[in-house]
Amino acid sequence: MNIKSLDIKNFNIKKFLMNYALYIIMLLMIIIIACISPKFLSLRVLRDILTQSSTRILVALGCMFIIVSGSADLSGGRVVGLTAVVAGSLAQQATYYNKFWPNLPELPVIVPILAAMLVGLGIGAINGYTVAKLKVPAFLATLGTQMIAFGVNCLYFNKAPNNSQPLGGFLKSFSEVGTGSMFGIPYLIIIAVGAAVIVWIFQTKTCLGKEIFAVGGNAEAARVSGINVFKTLMITFMIAGSLYGLAGCLEATRTGSASSSYGLAYELDAIASCIVGGCSASGGVGSVPGVVMGVLIFNVINYGLTFIGLSSYWQYVVKGLIIIVAIAVDVRKYSSNH
Amino acid sequence: MENSQIVLKMENISKSFPGVKALDEVSISIKPGRVHALMGENGAGKSTLMKCAFGLYHPDQGTISMYGETVHFTCARDAMDHGISMIHQELHPVKTRNVMENIWIGRIPHRKAMGMKWVNERKMYEDTRALFQELGIDINPRTMVGELSVSHCQLLEIARAVSYNAKVIIMDEPTSSLTETEAELLFHIIRKLTAQGVAIIYISHKIEEILKISDEVIIMRDGRLIGSWPASELTMETIVNRMVGREMTQRFPEKKHQPGKEHLVVQNFTSANPSSFQNITFTLRKGEILGIGGLVGAQRTELMESIFGLRPIAAGTININGKEVRIKSSKDAIRHGLALLTEERRATGIIPMLSVMENMVLSKQSADTRHYTSGRLFLRDKIRRADAQRYVKSFSIKTPGIKTLIRNLSGGNQQKVLLGRWMLLEPDILILDEPTRGIDVGAKYEIYCLMEEMAQAGKSVIMISSEMPELMGMSDRVMVMCEGHLSGILEGEDITDRKIMYLASTYEIA
Repeated sequence: MNIKSLDIKNFNIKKFLMNYALYIIMLLMIIIIACISPKFLSLRVLRDILTQSSTRILVALGCMFIIVSGSADLSGGRVVGLTAVVAGSLAQQATYYNKFWPNLPELPVIVPILAAMLVGLGIGAINGYTVAKLKVPAFLATLGTQMIAFGVNCLYFNKAPNNSQPLGGFLKSFSEVGTGSMFGIPYLIIIAVGAAVIVWIFQTKTCLGKEIFAVGGNAEAARVSGINVFKTLMITFMIAGSLYGLAGCLEATRTGSASSSYGLAYELDAIASCIVGGCSASGGVGSVPGVVMGVLIFNVINYGLTFIGLSSYWQYVVKGLIIIVAIAVDVRKYSSNH
Repeated sequence: MENSQIVLKMENISKSFPGVKALDEVSISIKPGRVHALMGENGAGKSTLMKCAFGLYHPDQGTISMYGETVHFTCARDAMDHGISMIHQELHPVKTRNVMENIWIGRIPHRKAMGMKWVNERKMYEDTRALFQELGIDINPRTMVGELSVSHCQLLEIARAVSYNAKVIIMDEPTSSLTETEAELLFHIIRKLTAQGVAIIYISHKIEEILKISDEVIIMRDGRLIGSWPASELTMETIVNRMVGREMTQRFPEKKHQPGKEHLVVQNFTSANPSSFQNITFTLRKGEILGIGGLVGAQRTELMESIFGLRPIAAGTININGKEVRIKSSKDAIRHGLALLTEERRATGIIPMLSVMENMVLSKQSADTRHYTSGRLFLRDKIRRADAQRYVKSFSIKTPGIKTLIRNLSGGNQQKVLLGRWMLLEPDILILDEPTRGIDVGAKYEIYCLMEEMAQAGKSVIMISSEMPELMGMSDRVMVMCEGHLSGILEGEDITDRKIMYLASTYEIA
């Protein structure tokens, strides 16, 4: 009897450590950084980290949909680049000397935002069709579309009279989205949190959300249960695409500029955040809080290492280690349930 | 027969796959309130026919009608909308979701608002509870399916098929991983459903079960319909004869082997996992076939895999030919002359995309590379071919050639290839875990013959089996396990189904 109760206790500690490994790592990191440089624990730092994370969170949320549905998506980064340029090109002041569309009137701020999301949605639709209908493995299909997106972006960006000059001179209303705040909370954070909440509700409270899990967990079982797998995957990729589009647009507002090199390797960071945040690479598992935590961890590292004066190259080493540790813990988590 | 009495009618259904004519003008009629057993060897076309009925395959020719009206099913949804549901044989549920979502997926109870369907979690829970209560299933609807046992997963599939309120329920091997009690529960459910006028199509290899539950038996062979008879007119022998199309006087080969002296002695074997097997001691004699009986969860597979070095143990010793050996890994086990044919042929046995030859020589190739290079730098195809050919011949494996992909072979022939893989290593002790699961009657007999031959050649065989007739027909002794304990070893006259059943469900701690 004694042995048994001890057993349960041990098991729980182990389980606790495994379930909350992510949070523990994050906490330890913050403690270490704060010990070296106590100023790290300030509202300003928190706000900076969250603002920097905001666009990353959107890309990661899109990516999470794809991973949960059992697919993969490498197009995220380049879609961010393309949509940043598209949004930027539609949001310039009439008086700016190097205007992308010289004759374009000043548009309401919603137009560039929607345009970016529509472009993202379109690329998502192409991804979805290629993967779900043409049965091209997602990894390769999206490798293709990310190249296409980059190519199209460069062609567009190089159009006369712009000739690959970084875009600038944004409308005040447009840059306000990226720099302004409400009650001291930047709009970017509000948008990212809002998107995360909506995605979370969609995923856990709607039939479609549950169906995406089912398709990712076992596509064949979903099919014979009467789920239209093609439709589900199409929607999944389109949602992801529009989230990338929104992220691209916000990236332009945040930096006050846009060029075709934007978004480079964002998709890899997003995939890493998802996996670290508990998504199963084989599909069917993933949650919004986990993914958001995943993104935050990486951004705390980015910011924190620079904050304590370490070379920013160290962040790659630390990031890489965290990915490996997270997955090693994850593998054990599932096998211990067995 | 009047049309009004027929729910589902399939007429002259034909279906071809590249290289195979899977169905050849098959016609069947399904009547309400009756259980129709669909029987035939593996590859006879039963599952293909049912997949046509369920809209997963589209027949090349022929018509399907329900209540006299012709229907065309383009997908599973169509069939379900017409009142057909199906328990799939090889379908695994969505393990990463909970029980109730698995039951209702595709038609989750919901409210509509703002153009979206919002999940009604409470109704889903209540509906699941009510369904389980009605069927007598005791599973928490909120459990993750990944945490369920195999038999509970199967009960879940059954409950799901029932939940569609279908007029026709197709059950493809529904009892393959159920315990006896659970199978009884299924039969009870079937009787309840037929009383309500539901028609059941029941595919199974277990003839005893068929005779017990079905009203009508439809027999197929090589993609053709052999005929349909009332179950009351059939016996085990007539069914087997009609299925294989040849007289089968006996289901087991004659016992000619003679067990000799002690070969393998396992003492006080205890798993490192406290909920697995405890303190198991047994001996295996040379040239003996030792059957291992027990229910699902008796830890038989775990015990054998631990002996083979695949799972850690807390205590215990192994003696082979009187010498104590230490087995820490499967490599050690193979070195000491052990072979283990695993239970899950698809998951841990075959490599589907490789040829029969590659699958066959796989183990020997890594254990004894020199044999295949014969002193040269690279593997020599000639030797590999010769080895593969030898067992294709001696096990009479039905395959177009040794270069054929193994996934194109029937289950029985795949199993023989795997047996061949082990035999190439020339083992002394063979552990066979459910060697005939999912294999048709004819191929089963051939596997039994191979086991008999091996025993005669002085090899010792351990056979885990959940099929009572097989345990009784093949074993010299039967060791029965229950919940990780050794509950008894039966020998000779004592090997009866009642005694095995009794020991499988109870144990005494010595």
